[in-house]
Amino acid sequence: MLEMFAFDFMQRALLAGIMVSILCGFIAFFVVLKRLSFIGVGISHSALGGVAIGVLSGVDPILSAIIFVILMSWAIGMVSKKGDVHEDTAIGIFFSFATALGVALISLSKSYNVDLFGYLFGSILSVTKKDLWTVGILGGLVVGFLILFFKELLFMCFDEEVATISGLPVTFLYYLLLTLMAVTIVVAIKVVGIVLVSAFIVIPAATGYQLAKSYRIMLTTSILCGIVASVAGLWLSFRFDLASGATIVLCSTLLFFLAMLISPRRRLLQRTLNRFSP
Amino acid sequence: MEKEKIDASITDVPAVELKSVWVFLQGNTILEDISFSIKEGRFVGIIGPNGAGKTTCLKVILGLLKPDRGDVKVFGLPPEKFRKSPQAIGYIPQKTHFDSHFPLSVYDAVLMGRIHRIGLLKFPGQRDREMVLQNLIRVGLDGYLQRQIGELSGGELQRALIARALCNEPRLMILDEPTTGVDIAYQERFYQLLHDLKKELKLTIMVVSHDLGLLSNYSDELICINRSMHLHGSPSEVLSNRLLGQVYRCEFDLFLQTQRAKKTGE
Repeated sequence: MLEMFAFDFMQRALLAGIMVSILCGFIAFFVVLKRLSFIGVGISHSALGGVAIGVLSGVDPILSAIIFVILMSWAIGMVSKKGDVHEDTAIGIFFSFATALGVALISLSKSYNVDLFGYLFGSILSVTKKDLWTVGILGGLVVGFLILFFKELLFMCFDEEVATISGLPVTFLYYLLLTLMAVTIVVAIKVVGIVLVSAFIVIPAATGYQLAKSYRIMLTTSILCGIVASVAGLWLSFRFDLASGATIVLCSTLLFFLAMLISPRRRLLQRTLNRFSP
Repeated sequence: MEKEKIDASITDVPAVELKSVWVFLQGNTILEDISFSIKEGRFVGIIGPNGAGKTTCLKVILGLLKPDRGDVKVFGLPPEKFRKSPQAIGYIPQKTHFDSHFPLSVYDAVLMGRIHRIGLLKFPGQRDREMVLQNLIRVGLDGYLQRQIGELSGGELQRALIARALCNEPRLMILDEPTTGVDIAYQERFYQLLHDLKKELKLTIMVVSHDLGLLSNYSDELICINRSMHLHGSPSEVLSNRLLGQVYRCEFDLFLQTQRAKKTGE
């Protein structure tokens, strides 16, 4: 089973998977606690528009995607902050527009080198050395910022009102978090793909939330679940020739349901067993 | 961040000052030409019927809401400037909006109160940890350090939030209906705690509450708000004022009697 890792591309895939899961596990922690998962869906789908702009204009798609997605995240953030009743509608419109734009632009593109399927569903098995450097540097920057501002971000997630009154620069922190989400999403696209990346910045931390009473455990669990899902998903992807995004997210979801079963809060397993005991 | 200790005896700056404040929300007038001034070191109760603008008034003082007309100052500064200064406001919101499964222990949650003092890019130090413990002892929660914040009862949670607010070394503490859903025997101890904290730490305290009986015992002043009308005076002045019935639009004597009965009946 482990012979596959003798291959160069598998080693790069494994490294990419592990780096991306640490990154996504970390940011998922804040996405879940600040309830940003729908905003995450909105931001991630806009990546298709960003990639397409890059492909059409000859710019590196990752660069154009990062700029476009960051701008979209700020726009979505502003809409969300207005507190309008129709916030979810507005977000839905934003990301539908960006996705449709992306599809239209890609159809326009005369180049057939665009691996659309790879962008949409992940192509971890075609990770290059350059990709590894991109993931490493950008991922490192994101994690660095998250660590630097950790206590402030956590306070904002816990009680934004009191954090504001205590003097924290809450607006800056909010847009910082959105920007870091945007960069994470673009970095993770190579591994999980645009369609499923929004799941990968939520599920690992949702799993941690089921199991943890302390934020340190929730964060650690989130990162570990991300890594386990990545490695298992990678193996499945190679073994059965399936899209990596799909296999990784399936494993991630499986871990979540397991966590729900054994969660000390819900005690689902205990209660079910009690029902069947004599 | 070192807190500058300002000697209250030299300055006449009121702790809170509203001048002709108007607030409109969604086409409705929530606050109409409200003006009052609160001296430092006072324990002030804010009363009034539900939906009358008491919480809006708090939000204006906290700087969460900008008045559409008029001026608000906290210790001489606009609220947004005040909270960026080395001085602080402690705020205990109504507890309804908490995620009870948030993964924080009581210790962690109270430590959050130190974050502004610790500063960006720095980690909590020995003094911060000591302050957290000291404030938890003050509110009587020192046995609850590792309990998850969502497992606390209503009254315990309120005390934890007070400890958190105290960690920011505030000059002004604002509480929004802190005793909702808390049993009557407990309410009296809660107000006693606030009173003791005020004396020990030289705080100015504002409490929005419906506990008219308890407020009349513990507060120095009452302010009655109902959009435009307000009364401001000592508890006995306000509660015996015949305008109070108009403010609450009900038979006020009956209301007061019920409050007294609740208190003595325990």
